[in-house]
Amino acid sequence: MFMLGPIGFATPLLLLGLIALPVLWFLLRAVPPAPIRRRFPGVALLLGLRDDEAEADKTPWWLLLLRMAAVAAAIIAFAGPVLNPVERQAGNGPLLIAMDATWADARDWQRRLDRAAALLDEAGRDGRPVAVIRLTDAPQQVTFQAADAAATRLGGIAPQPWAPRDLMAWAENLPEDGFDTFWLSDGLDHPGRADLMAALSAKGTVTVFESPRPIFALHPASFGDGAIQLSASRLPAADPISVEISARGPDPSGVERELARLPLDFGLGEARVEAALSLPPELRNRITRFEIAGLRSAGAVSLTDDSLKRRKVALIGGGADREGLQLLSPLHYLRQALEPVADLMEGSLTDLLLASPDVVILADVARLSQSDTDALLDWLDDGGLLLRFAGPQMAASDVSRTAEDPLMPVRLREGGRQVGGAMSWGEPKALAPFPEGSPFHGLPLPEDVSVTAQVLAQPDPELASRTIAALADGTPLVTRKEVGQGQVVLVHVTANAEWSTLPLSGLFMSMLERLAVSTRPVAPEAADLAGQIWVPEVVLDAYGQPQDAGDLPGQPGEALASAMVAGPGPDQPPGLYAGSDRRVALNVIGAETTLAAASWPQGTVIEGLDAPPEQALKGAFLSAGLVMLLIDILAALWVSGRLGGLARASVLLVALLLLPPPAQAQQSAPDDTRALEATTGLVLAHVLTGDTALDDTAARGLTGLGEVLWARTSIEPDPPIGVNIETDELSFFPFLYWPVSTAQPLPSAQAYSKLNDYLRTGGMILFDTRDADLSGGTSAEGQHLQRLAAGLNIPPLEQIPADHVLTRTFYLLQDFPGRHARGPVWVEAAPPDAEQVEGMPFRNLNDGVTPVVIGGNDWASAWAVNANGAPALPVGRGFAGERQREMAYRFGVNLIMHVLTGNYKSDQVHVPALLDRLGQ
Amino acid sequence: MSLDLQSRAESLGQSLPPLLAEAELLAATVMMGEHGRKRAGQGDEFWQYRPVNAGDSARLIDWRRSARGDAHFVREREWQAAQSVTLWVDPARSMTFSGDTSRPPKADRATLLALATAVLLLRAGERVGLAGDAAPPRPGRAQIVKLAAILSGAEDAGEYGAPTATGMVSHGRALFLSDFLGDLAPVEAALIAAADRGVRGALVQVLDPAEEEFPFSGRTIFESMGGGMRHETQQAGDLRARYLARLAERKDRLAALGRAVGWHVTTHHSGQPAQAALLWIFTALQGGR
Repeated sequence: MFMLGPIGFATPLLLLGLIALPVLWFLLRAVPPAPIRRRFPGVALLLGLRDDEAEADKTPWWLLLLRMAAVAAAIIAFAGPVLNPVERQAGNGPLLIAMDATWADARDWQRRLDRAAALLDEAGRDGRPVAVIRLTDAPQQVTFQAADAAATRLGGIAPQPWAPRDLMAWAENLPEDGFDTFWLSDGLDHPGRADLMAALSAKGTVTVFESPRPIFALHPASFGDGAIQLSASRLPAADPISVEISARGPDPSGVERELARLPLDFGLGEARVEAALSLPPELRNRITRFEIAGLRSAGAVSLTDDSLKRRKVALIGGGADREGLQLLSPLHYLRQALEPVADLMEGSLTDLLLASPDVVILADVARLSQSDTDALLDWLDDGGLLLRFAGPQMAASDVSRTAEDPLMPVRLREGGRQVGGAMSWGEPKALAPFPEGSPFHGLPLPEDVSVTAQVLAQPDPELASRTIAALADGTPLVTRKEVGQGQVVLVHVTANAEWSTLPLSGLFMSMLERLAVSTRPVAPEAADLAGQIWVPEVVLDAYGQPQDAGDLPGQPGEALASAMVAGPGPDQPPGLYAGSDRRVALNVIGAETTLAAASWPQGTVIEGLDAPPEQALKGAFLSAGLVMLLIDILAALWVSGRLGGLARASVLLVALLLLPPPAQAQQSAPDDTRALEATTGLVLAHVLTGDTALDDTAARGLTGLGEVLWARTSIEPDPPIGVNIETDELSFFPFLYWPVSTAQPLPSAQAYSKLNDYLRTGGMILFDTRDADLSGGTSAEGQHLQRLAAGLNIPPLEQIPADHVLTRTFYLLQDFPGRHARGPVWVEAAPPDAEQVEGMPFRNLNDGVTPVVIGGNDWASAWAVNANGAPALPVGRGFAGERQREMAYRFGVNLIMHVLTGNYKSDQVHVPALLDRLGQ
Repeated sequence: MSLDLQSRAESLGQSLPPLLAEAELLAATVMMGEHGRKRAGQGDEFWQYRPVNAGDSARLIDWRRSARGDAHFVREREWQAAQSVTLWVDPARSMTFSGDTSRPPKADRATLLALATAVLLLRAGERVGLAGDAAPPRPGRAQIVKLAAILSGAEDAGEYGAPTATGMVSHGRALFLSDFLGDLAPVEAALIAAADRGVRGALVQVLDPAEEEFPFSGRTIFESMGGGMRHETQQAGDLRARYLARLAERKDRLAALGRAVGWHVTTHHSGQPAQAALLWIFTALQGGR
């Protein structure tokens, strides 16, 4: 194709016609405009006057230019100009479509699929065999197959939440024969990419396809300086941009919500920015994930594990403070150990329990008052952890001596024992390896830990099972007992270095961690993970959506540890892994991950997703030529003086009409007119989804429903209005119909707050997934609805009960068909205390209108009418179908009645009581 | 022939009453009293008594007045001599021009003015006639109908009209209505002939605004109303200045002619209301200024 800049020509030879233009110039120049005959008595005065300009009988140059331009436009138009012509893929060998299919692809996966589908179509037309591979899969032999067979598989290909691991192995699995490659790259550099590129180039031409959209990655959150430290990276580091990080987690009722939001501003050229998010511990401990708002990619999601959780620890020491003996204080080492990793509280036990600590540590406290004991027991039943340390006071007291104290795991023998002291036999005792089943199992034993004194447990039947750490001679060192949902742990030595060197060793910290008293502030080391099986609880897909792990096999700690370093893989998908006592998050993006752009060898053809689409210009040129000819008519008339004043005015008028109206008129005035339109009558509104056909159907549907309402009820709605939830005021509309389309992007934060205001102040939204809900919410629309509604304050829902007021606001209905008949409909759940009154057919339900109605019956299509008022779309078959459409209209009538009259019909429940009262 | 005559008569019968009515309406706007000559003479109104001079016939003596005293008196009446006014309306083709459909042809306006003047004069007792032999000056209302019939029926094949001095009464008045776009030599001859007879009067040049403005442009062939003359130009707009200069020169010449013979000259545009022109004509014919 002949190219001139971005414009290509289908038949460039026709452009030679432009050479004829100069000839045309001379021809046109020679022909003067025809004269007008005019009767004029004053001609007697004109006789003998000569024209000044002898050349006036030639066509004016600008008119000539206009005509030449018109002819030139016609010539160019017939030469078939095409803007941004797509170079057709030449070649007839096999075609390999390689997709990176990583998390970075997820944000525009659909467009990549579309591109691949276009390639497959083309290959199918050319009869080329095709292979589609996902480089994130395990390397396997590449086999080519027919394009249509590959096309059927294309829809099932989804991106993976990890990076390709073994690109070199792919290079080895390539077929022998030559083939061309189309590489849909995610834009990131992956190890081995250059080698694979070299191998592919050796087989044939390689075209690379990259999206110019920036890639964002969220690094794991860490805790430091009293706040959560968040950081995000991007690629490429170009213009300033602002993203928002949303912290999500369950609210007190267990529903996942956004708990906090933090803006992150990337400066010019900044690749990575950090920010601190300060939250109260209650909120902070609830966070389960951070995500970059609005991005659907596993890289923009960072799951949090126990490392972010900071427990509230109440410290209570026994005995009077001995001034000046800090190092002997039973609490000193605990403070030192816990300060960086937990929120410490000190004070009296009564006060501290009110703050509901996670852990209460009693260091050498022997006796507690009865009320304290009861309060502690209640707290333990709710899942508290009571950690007690022995000490001189406990050894001297008779706590748990004869009968087991409820707050002690074991009975104690009187006095305890001393080993390795000046007055005793034997050496100080070392620790025995931790037994299997102990929370400390696997911790390395430092050699310098020795115990010189301890309290001794009475040998009871449960002693062995309650011992979780023992000395080398078998005497229990740490014992544990379950109380309700909580547990009591007794360390048989002091919390200071008086009885043992344990508090001085690193083991002390590890043991506190294992007891979940403290949490690690940093990512777990390989050694921490080793020796356990980690079971995935929640895994992320490439879009960053949490999926139930199901029966994914547990991973050995070593494998998980390597995945922590190398990034997740097919065996270790990103997610939350649970070990025996803690949970570890494996995220796509590590703390140190840097995003590196893929670099391609010189000369590689790189296509962008946003390549401007091919556009034929023939029509534009032809119409330009036509317009010029029309102007020429007017101009010729004007030159020859036949254009009267009236005609001139009308020409001016037409020209003004053709001009685009001033932008201001489009902005300020319509606001008011729109507000007037929406408020002078009742207006049913539908949310504009961006899908033109869908919006059109919604508008027609509401029109049809409006006509039915007008005919049958006292509701007389005006024509419906499409609402853009980003820009339009919502409070004018009592009712919004929202057809869910995957084409609709997620609303912005402002739109969500507007929608939430709308729902809170009495608006109603009818969500329609239009899929008959056959798949139980797993259809594309159903999933998109879940994403859309995640930001909305939607109360708990239930399937519409048989006695819901919607079943009787105007018509008595039992089901709510649209174009689909049987899909379930969800409304706000009735309060659990709703009770049925004797003799009434329905319960005494809540006041108020359900803020949302959710279903998939495609109501708008059933309601839709065309311009003549006849149904626009078929419903069902024959009479049954018409019956179903009638029922759909009845549902619509009931719904709008419900919106406008609320639970008025429910008030009938009070009729017997009112009659009773009147009778008296 | 008789059919032609009949149709013309009918069209005349249709057009005459409205034309007359219009002329009467126009004339009614100019209120005039008895226009005595402020001197003794023949008339109906009493002027003064004067003593009898020698030579007065006895028939003139007013005996009723004379009986009251010794002297004889003669009753004098105010002189109410009727003037003879001769009208000439250019009947040529050029007068049928109208620059815009909203304006009447110049001939219509000229005829209207002439008839309105005639109505006024006849009402005042003057004698009104047309130049030429068709209608010699006569008093009375019947003359109006005759004038109207002749004026609206007049059709001249000539491109431009030329006035004639025949039929003018000596020391009478005359009114010429034309566009004066043709040759001025006949006009000059007629004026001189009229001046020779002591006739004074007024020249009213009736022009269409298009003739005054020349709003044309582009390549144009101008033709006279009869098609006898033509002028072709490539740029009509370029001719405007020179045309206007020539028009102004013609007006100057007309004014000079008028001054020479003591006639009043004005230009009336058919786009303007006729009333002002009628007032001007009336004062001009009264012989003031």
